[in-house]
Amino acid sequence: MPDPVSFGPDLAEVFGPSQTDGGPDLVQLLTPEGERVHHPEFDHDFSAEELRGLYRDMVLTRRIDVEATALQRHGELGIWAQLLGQEAAQIGAGRALRPQDYVFPTYREHGVAYCKGVDPLRLLGLFRGVDQGGWDPNENNFGLYTIVIGAQTLHATGYAMGMQRDGVVGTGDPDRDAAVIAHFGDGASSQGDVNEAFIFAASYNAPVVFFCQNNQWAISEPIERQTRIPLYQRALGFGFPGIRVDGNDVLATYAVTKAALQRAREGNGPSFVEAYTYRMGAHTTTDDPTRYRLNDELEHWKLKDPIERLKVYLRRNGLVDQEFFDDLDAEAKEMGHHLREGCKALPDPKPMDQFGYVFSEMTDEIREQRDQFAAYLASFEGSHS
Amino acid sequence: MSTQKITLAKGLNMGLRKAMEADDKVLLMGEDVGKLGGVFRITDGLQKDFGEDRVIDSPLAESGIVGTAVGMALRGYRPVIEIQFDGFVYPAYDQIVCQVAKYTYRSQGKVKMPIVIRIPFGGGIGAVEHHSESPEAQFAHTPGLKVVACSNPVDGYWMIQQAIAHDDPVIFLEPKRQYHADKAELDESATPEPLFTSRVVRSGTDATVLAYGPTVKTALKCAEAAESEGRSLEVIDLRTLSPLDMGPVFESVRRTGRCVITHEAHVNLGMGAEVAARITEQCFYSLEAPVLRVGAFDMPYPPSRIEEEYLPDLDRVLDAVDRTFAF
Repeated sequence: MPDPVSFGPDLAEVFGPSQTDGGPDLVQLLTPEGERVHHPEFDHDFSAEELRGLYRDMVLTRRIDVEATALQRHGELGIWAQLLGQEAAQIGAGRALRPQDYVFPTYREHGVAYCKGVDPLRLLGLFRGVDQGGWDPNENNFGLYTIVIGAQTLHATGYAMGMQRDGVVGTGDPDRDAAVIAHFGDGASSQGDVNEAFIFAASYNAPVVFFCQNNQWAISEPIERQTRIPLYQRALGFGFPGIRVDGNDVLATYAVTKAALQRAREGNGPSFVEAYTYRMGAHTTTDDPTRYRLNDELEHWKLKDPIERLKVYLRRNGLVDQEFFDDLDAEAKEMGHHLREGCKALPDPKPMDQFGYVFSEMTDEIREQRDQFAAYLASFEGSHS
Repeated sequence: MSTQKITLAKGLNMGLRKAMEADDKVLLMGEDVGKLGGVFRITDGLQKDFGEDRVIDSPLAESGIVGTAVGMALRGYRPVIEIQFDGFVYPAYDQIVCQVAKYTYRSQGKVKMPIVIRIPFGGGIGAVEHHSESPEAQFAHTPGLKVVACSNPVDGYWMIQQAIAHDDPVIFLEPKRQYHADKAELDESATPEPLFTSRVVRSGTDATVLAYGPTVKTALKCAEAAESEGRSLEVIDLRTLSPLDMGPVFESVRRTGRCVITHEAHVNLGMGAEVAARITEQCFYSLEAPVLRVGAFDMPYPPSRIEEEYLPDLDRVLDAVDRTFAF
């Protein structure tokens, strides 16, 4: 018998053993215990003000999420896509952006939307069923939520190609140079669109950061169903660098994303950031994770909570006082009030509204259908007893 | 007034050039559209004159082409995509139907999608499978898309410019069999008809034949043959499939009382079904016979050696016209 043909080294030898803890390449600046550590490549000298700001952002983001989840339970929203546990990944990425940078989100990027100045109340419209994206994408450079998994990574790449043509990449002017960030999840990494986006971005050296929140679960399917190698290592095969960062560490996520965005703005092309995190809640409010994952796993990740570790660090280093927490608590309550009252006050679209905006101008065909429907509705007027 | 005789391929090429000269936000993107000038040479010479940033050879991924065009449109560009062959548009179907078609609606008009997706369509060129299809109904069925089909060199020249200048996404169908076939006289100083209009291309009194794209030529030949038999057919080139421009059709059918529609696409749930339904709704008391449809049989496109037995031709259309007189 001849020896079996060799196809090169064993995958386990190349990529190492199973990396349920994030593996040796995980970039971390703040441990789950709240201990500040340093990284030779990715670091940032955070001021006390910045640290308090990041903490505040995460607390408010969690409040937005908790409040919206409650609104769904009260029947005010049809559904809500929770981000519980992913606050650091979103705030770290969101705060690394400059105003001229453009975001292409999934439907879970509530924290990034908040960073870009989108009123969180506007996010509720989609989930309440009053609109399909209540904000102007170009007002805050924050695209509409995209529900078809991974489709927005191509939009991000095309937008970045537009930036190249507009001459806003690699000029050296920090107020001018811009980049795009494309958000997606571990499930989306299997989509053809995401892989095509990688290829287009690499081919044209487009200024886009592919920011993957690997929250370990695509509804009920674990990460092992999507990939046999750590996701960030896929990037090399497409021809650009991939970095795995502790997505529950807001400091590391900020530092890594900032570097990736800067690389893109300078004209050095795309990169891939895998924010290694965990979806502590359900996929959405219609999901029941107890059917497919063990509570032990959740308990394990609770110890890595993104907010708690920064709180410990701030306290231990005397960077906050009780007044800070009291003020933040009041601010969070105000945010909750804003969402509760605002949600109920969101105006329902009128039956005739559905005919608008199919096209830039209404066609005769749609105008005719609208008029017929209006006449039909009018035929009932006065007939109610 | 200067005129020149051009093919459809030349008309489209000239029209694309005009559009690129008129607006520097117009970008062309597709597979082999650069140095090669496209497999049908429709973009011939444009990369040389407008550069690689505006005439973009893309990786071989149709969803990628359309998806990146969405991003470019969001950035203020007007991408014009070439899908190499009709049967290759399906990998991009999701981006077209879920993203391109819906962005304006979802954003309540805040965002426009001025994207033109050019698709060489139809058969009759002896090609292998996936190169001869007629997918227009799939797109005309999708709200948010506009769908047009040119049938001749002069329309090709004007319609592509109009589609590119339009603020909504346009599926632009080009009858590939006609690319290098007949020549026509183009007067660039003429004023074109609006894009979303149908047009009577031959007047007649006895029956109306509706066609678009490659079957317009077939319909005109039918009218010639019928005339020799003493029957006067009116031929209408629909030109726009979504929205439909039914005004000239209703006017014609009310006069003739008989109507046949022909297309290369499958008859079942094809454009003919919609057109027939609308005629029935609006011209019921004028009709002397049911509206008949002549199209492809409801089967996949056959091996090309028998494609002429599958595609509607002069005899099958005339046979349908005869049948409208048998009622």
